[in-house]
Amino acid sequence: MKLEDRAKLHRQMLVIRRAEERLQKLFSDGHVPGFLHLSIGQEAVPVGVSQALTERDTVSSNHRGHGHTLAKGVDLKGFFAEILGKATGLCKGRGGSMHVADLSKGMLGANGIVGAGLPITTGSALALKMQGQGHVAVVYFGDGALAEGVLHECLNLAALWKLPILFVCENNGWSEFSPTERQLATSLDKLAKAFGIQYSAVDGNVVAEVAAASTRLVKAMRKTPAPAILECSTTRVRGHFEGDRQDYRDGDEIASLSERDPIRLSASAMAKAGGTPEMLAEIADAVDAEIEAATQAALEAPLPSSADILADVYTKVAG
Amino acid sequence: MAEIRYIKAVNQALADAMEADPTVFLIGEDIGAAGGSFKATRDLLEKFGPERVYDSPISEAAITGMAVGAALTGMRPVVEIMFMDFTTLSMDMLVNQAAKARSMFGGQGSVPMVLRTPHGGGLNAGPQHSQCLEAWFAHVPGLRVVCPSNPADAYGLLRAAIDDPDPVIVVENKALYAMKGDLPDDREPIEIGKGRIVRPGRDATVVSYGAAVAMAETAAETMAEEGIEVEVIDLRSIQPWDEDLVLESLTRTHNLVVAHEAVEAFGVGAEIVARMADIGFDQLDGPILRVGAPFAPSPFGKTLEDAYRPDASRIVAALRRTLA
Ligand SMILES: Cc1ncc(C[n+]2csc(CCOP(=O)(O)OP(=O)(O)O)c2C)c(N)n1
Ligand SMILES: [Mg+2]
Repeated sequence: MKLEDRAKLHRQMLVIRRAEERLQKLFSDGHVPGFLHLSIGQEAVPVGVSQALTERDTVSSNHRGHGHTLAKGVDLKGFFAEILGKATGLCKGRGGSMHVADLSKGMLGANGIVGAGLPITTGSALALKMQGQGHVAVVYFGDGALAEGVLHECLNLAALWKLPILFVCENNGWSEFSPTERQLATSLDKLAKAFGIQYSAVDGNVVAEVAAASTRLVKAMRKTPAPAILECSTTRVRGHFEGDRQDYRDGDEIASLSERDPIRLSASAMAKAGGTPEMLAEIADAVDAEIEAATQAALEAPLPSSADILADVYTKVAG
Repeated sequence: MAEIRYIKAVNQALADAMEADPTVFLIGEDIGAAGGSFKATRDLLEKFGPERVYDSPISEAAITGMAVGAALTGMRPVVEIMFMDFTTLSMDMLVNQAAKARSMFGGQGSVPMVLRTPHGGGLNAGPQHSQCLEAWFAHVPGLRVVCPSNPADAYGLLRAAIDDPDPVIVVENKALYAMKGDLPDDREPIEIGKGRIVRPGRDATVVSYGAAVAMAETAAETMAEEGIEVEVIDLRSIQPWDEDLVLESLTRTHNLVVAHEAVEAFGVGAEIVARMADIGFDQLDGPILRVGAPFAPSPFGKTLEDAYRPDASRIVAALRRTLA
């Protein structure tokens, strides 16, 4: 991969990281209502996948969806305002962290229901196939969703109807407070084989690996619609949600995660490819400024008006 | 004006909607080659091809969710769920996804999907193939629910549902599928949210929908023999329901009975009664009564099911009580 391409991906990962670090701070200062699930340590997955996508391709996400959303190119200011529940948010402050969507960017929504993005995205893939423009659909889900029944329905349907859908599993080894091995009697590669779906596994913390696999799989399904599975092993650094002290987890395990930090790995890959410390610093400064501007705008933005409680429940008022 | 069976009216509405709009497509179990378990989709596979009529595996959650995703991606899917009892498997996709997408995304888009499904007993189909669960859906903000009582409405309400930008549950009644009636030549959609006075009367109002409409008409005939004129309203649409029409009727008749095939407790009737007890209180000359199924699963055997399903005689009894 060329240095400038690496720099672009690095920058996008850093946007997600800094955005979430800022949200973490805003949360502890009481500015974020509701639940906040951070994807710190998992940024390489959406950035690697999204570089293979266009605005017309669709994605849907889960409760840990900030990275998926930002990597799809949604507006950072609208994103921050949404998570702070402000009227200027992408969803007018009615969705929040677990329901950010930007339909104009093909982002069909984060989701508060584990596994729910799977059928929605399978249907989006069916629509895209019917429309015949070579667009694809991507669904992000965690290892926890592998135990949901609807996954099996969707793998079967996607394989049966040869739908252009990329199933991206972010396997971070945890579902809330339980390790994967206590949740699942099988593994995704075996499920893929059972349904006859092409399966690839990558180190989900190495952005170039995720990018290469995504590019290959997406290119193939644009030409000949068919599903593929990409399993990304990755690392959940923070608790399940903010406020989770993770005392069910081994402290050494958490400490060791910094060696696999996707941003650190990306920085050293850039250095090997000829990137200079100045280049990295320049990226970091630009990202920080962008995050700061979005944060300030969100903090200053108005809250939704209580007069709008009934707005947008229906498109038109019937009866 | 052509005479047509209820099931054929559904079929005609699907065909006309697919003809009119290339983004309309059908998905459901056995709806293609087999033409549907009740033949609502007969010949549509031949007419429109496998890219518009999808014979799906037995995956209610997935096909309902796929309709949500396809609708968010520019299509107008129509899902068939073979029996309303099986919508229990579609619940997350209807309640948490379809119903909420527009509102929780701040009005960015809408989910123009339709889910068609038959409810109701009378076929000895038993406790898992006879339920009337429409109140569940009417309780969820973001969903619309309609329930046609005759062939013309089956056509017009389904066309309106497919045209509607938001998710609509079209509750058909399987005991009515063979019913014959006139389909107007202009074949227009019927506005969702508007009820209809089926039979005018001055002494009492019966509000009903679905199969209960014919029961209410029979009850009205019985009462007419005694000189009591009963007005019968067919709601047609349950969410939203035509509150203005019911209130206006009550203002003239001062007595109200709500009849439906669904279990009486916590049902559609409860909502109507509560609303009228509020905004129509001054108009009431007697208690507002409900006629519905008893609080038990729908039994399968003939004698039990006959006793379980509401009928005209129970509506008559309720009318006598409120008029007493
Ligand atoms: C249907 C459903 N069941 C349970 C939950 C509660 N819940 C939220 S996230 C989660 C764990 C999900 O684990 P995984 O899919 O691996 O994602 P991760 O949090 O690891 O990113 C659970 C059980 C839910 N939101 N939805
Ligand atoms: Mg996990």
